[in-house]
Amino acid sequence: MVVQALAFYLFASILVLSAFFVITARNPVHSVLFLILSFFNAAGLFVLLGAEFIALTLVIVYVGAVAVLFLFVVMMLDISFADLRKGAMQYVPMGLVIGAIILTELVMLFGAWQFAPGAGQNLAVPVVELVDVTNTEALGQVLYTNYVLAFQVAGLILFIAMIGAIVLTHRRRPGIRRQVVSKQQAVRGEDVIEIRKVTTGTGA
Amino acid sequence: MLELWTTYGIWTAMTLMYIGIIVGCVLTAVAYLTYAERKVMSAMQRRQGPMTVGPFGLLQPIADGIKLFSKETIIPSQANKIVFLLAPMLLFALALMAWAVIPFDKGWVLANINVGILYLVAISSMMVYGVIMAGWASNSQYAFLGALRSAAQMVSYEVSMGLIIVCVVLVTGSLNLQDIVEVHRPIWVQIMLLPMLVVFLISILAETNRAPFDLPEGESEITGGYMVEYSAMAFALFFLGEYSAMIMMSAMTTILFLGGWLPPFGIEALAFVPGIIWFALKTAGVLFFFIWSRATLPRFRYDQLMRLGWKIFLPLTLGWVVLVSGMLITFDALP
Repeated sequence: MVVQALAFYLFASILVLSAFFVITARNPVHSVLFLILSFFNAAGLFVLLGAEFIALTLVIVYVGAVAVLFLFVVMMLDISFADLRKGAMQYVPMGLVIGAIILTELVMLFGAWQFAPGAGQNLAVPVVELVDVTNTEALGQVLYTNYVLAFQVAGLILFIAMIGAIVLTHRRRPGIRRQVVSKQQAVRGEDVIEIRKVTTGTGA
Repeated sequence: MLELWTTYGIWTAMTLMYIGIIVGCVLTAVAYLTYAERKVMSAMQRRQGPMTVGPFGLLQPIADGIKLFSKETIIPSQANKIVFLLAPMLLFALALMAWAVIPFDKGWVLANINVGILYLVAISSMMVYGVIMAGWASNSQYAFLGALRSAAQMVSYEVSMGLIIVCVVLVTGSLNLQDIVEVHRPIWVQIMLLPMLVVFLISILAETNRAPFDLPEGESEITGGYMVEYSAMAFALFFLGEYSAMIMMSAMTTILFLGGWLPPFGIEALAFVPGIIWFALKTAGVLFFFIWSRATLPRFRYDQLMRLGWKIFLPLTLGWVVLVSGMLITFDALP
């Protein structure tokens, strides 16, 4: 238990610290790197909870894909740090309001757990006991058997969002020559090369 | 407090010893992989290869190591120093971390976790950070171009690799690497997985930035890619990390497709040979494929690489996942 507690405090403190540095770091690239560190520590906390599938999915999806794109975009931007600092203060009231809303919601959630024990019964419990199967299997049962409709609808909505994003950003630029591999493969020697017999002295 | 020591102290000491053994073996394997690469490539090009240091040049990797140790580390004045030094360390550490879940023989594994294959995917998807951080921190155009190329390439080929792994997991019904090796696969399932083995072999070439997909370090276009500004030990760490990732990917192929430590083709008569020897031989076979393709194939053009990843491999592997799961249900062969 001691070791688990130590590991918890290690992950949690690094998580909070790196989350703090995400918003205070001067260099945006450092911010993203701290964000990655905090994702990683959150995954560590999930492992401590025994949710190894969610932990590794967090690393694969957020660290391995989403944050790479963040880093990509942030590195490509030509940022002048002075300009960035100038306008930062005007967003403070808005940030405080959003922060206050989230904090209130967290407090209400925690309060519901504490003061209304019945709230816990609304939670979806794994259908099979976790002793019998791994938590990957339990998750699969919940997602693909018990709540398959909700899951599929969520997938469909994401799919439509993806198509929408592609339709909105895709533009067909004129004057660009595209490589059509099948066309290249279909070219035969006779179509492009003409062999002529040229007698000496008559060729130009 | 004493209880804590007796409970965790011995366990920690044992684990540290195992880690030491694994790291030692991996680093030796990396050293001799560079030797093997030079020897095999020289044989393919009718040259001698390294032959002056020690008998048959066998001490060449050690000489190279000493040379890299004794060189001066140069940090460009415009570089972001912390990130610049962090990048090679990160890449090297990740390349070694992956070995924690690889089963070398029945029960010979440091951490026998339930989601071993996901752990490997997670580690290999994080390797890209070492490359991007190096390219950005060097503050040089060549390095940055190399990093961008590498990031796009690794992210693209991860998708098809993930789908291939889904195929294998469908067949075996487990994410645990030991179970993946041991689950019996009917012969038609093995034939179904053969095309996926081919796609997987090509994808790991791209994932480890090896020829013919070594655009991130294409010497003729961007000099040395993300490694341009690195020297001495920092460069050596990149080098070790890259080769260790190659061996790791070969071990992964062995586990997913070639039956890990089991004797080839299920021949019982060969079972007297220790499993670790089969594991090493199969991994070495895949490594030979890495070197062979480097000596044989010219480098891809970048848009061809992207086309191969997104327009050919992605639809193919996605369709194969549907096909494999459909067949498993039809023939009632789900594990």
